[in-house]
Amino acid sequence: MAVAVALIAYYVPEDADQGLSQKIFYFHVPIALTAYACFGWGAWKALHHLWKRQPGADLESYVAIHQGVIFGALTLITGSIWARISWGVWWAWSSNQLVLFLVLFLFYSAYFMLRFSVEDGPQRANLCAVYALFGVVLIPVSFLAIRLANDFIHPTVFTSRGPQMAGSMFLTFCVAWAAMLALASTLYRVELAGKRIDARLRELRELLA
Amino acid sequence: MSYLADVGALARKDLLLELRARETLPAMALFVISALVVFHFALPTGSSDLAAKGLLWVAIVFTALLGLGRAFVPEREQGVMDGLVLAPCDRSAIWLGKGIAVLGFLALVEVIALPAFAVFFSGVSGRTVAGVALADVGICAVGTFVAATAAASRTQELVLPLLFLPLAIPVVIGGVGASVAAGGGRYLGFLALYDAVFAIICWASFEYVVTE
Repeated sequence: MAVAVALIAYYVPEDADQGLSQKIFYFHVPIALTAYACFGWGAWKALHHLWKRQPGADLESYVAIHQGVIFGALTLITGSIWARISWGVWWAWSSNQLVLFLVLFLFYSAYFMLRFSVEDGPQRANLCAVYALFGVVLIPVSFLAIRLANDFIHPTVFTSRGPQMAGSMFLTFCVAWAAMLALASTLYRVELAGKRIDARLRELRELLA
Repeated sequence: MSYLADVGALARKDLLLELRARETLPAMALFVISALVVFHFALPTGSSDLAAKGLLWVAIVFTALLGLGRAFVPEREQGVMDGLVLAPCDRSAIWLGKGIAVLGFLALVEVIALPAFAVFFSGVSGRTVAGVALADVGICAVGTFVAATAAASRTQELVLPLLFLPLAIPVVIGGVGASVAAGGGRYLGFLALYDAVFAIICWASFEYVVTE
């Protein structure tokens, strides 16, 4: 993580068009990809829960999605800052990825509403797992839909901006992404350990009471 | 064949209940007409027909939401769900039967709503009707599933729209595209794809929603 920050700060040449502000790219895109990874991991654990009845998979799925939502919120914030600097607006509906993230963010926020309004137990685990699986199906479907929607909301085709990445940029990007994934997996482990200790403590209390 | 018979019996049960009680259908019809009247005043004079077409989709989604909120009320209040789950039929038949009943309600309401829209705003093209028909299938498939999920929650009325609307965004995009964009065929194709994908996962995973 520190290496990534150092590389971003000192190593990478500034982008010709956008100058300093382009450096947010090395945070924004890795965070977004990490959020996808978290959602995917959550759905994978949900599948484990439904299919193999693996104990604890429900909790793992929940924690992964929790991480995903945090990273998703960070993506929205960094994307919004970047949009403000480079396009002059806080929010651009023409940016497919940002809109997709907004939809996903709403979807997974509803996941929390669902989770906290159902009594703890096997049914809650099932409902949440099924909903998490819906999420990974919604990602490509929404992406396709948003691509289609741009045709009638913005008639001009949005061409990809910026040139191809130079080697040093790509290297920094990869390091930044790896750092972000490492951060996510560390947070995931810490959170999971915490939740497990909580559950264990509750069991012990019930035994004592 | 017995699977289809189960589905038919379940759908008929819901339609019969509605025929006797006459609660949901009149409410949905009144709601959609009131919504169209509200939209007429929400649009400033001189705004384009395209904006009105977009609002038609808002009306449809929210009317469906109204119907879906009632869909599992008998099951919840009178413990019918336990009986249905215990019955010796495939659990996905419960989803399919309920979905067909909800689709029937929604289609009936739209038979009223689309002419009303044509009278209040502008004519409805054939492509819009096709889009509405395809979107209905998707809305009912996903909506019934989500309604069953929400029925397990303490705060059913609150959670249902939150769960449903993010899933309905692609339907709205496809539907509005089909009614306003130049090459509407692609959007109809997209709606059909949405229907197929979500119908399959709802059908496959419904069992987990109603059992433990």
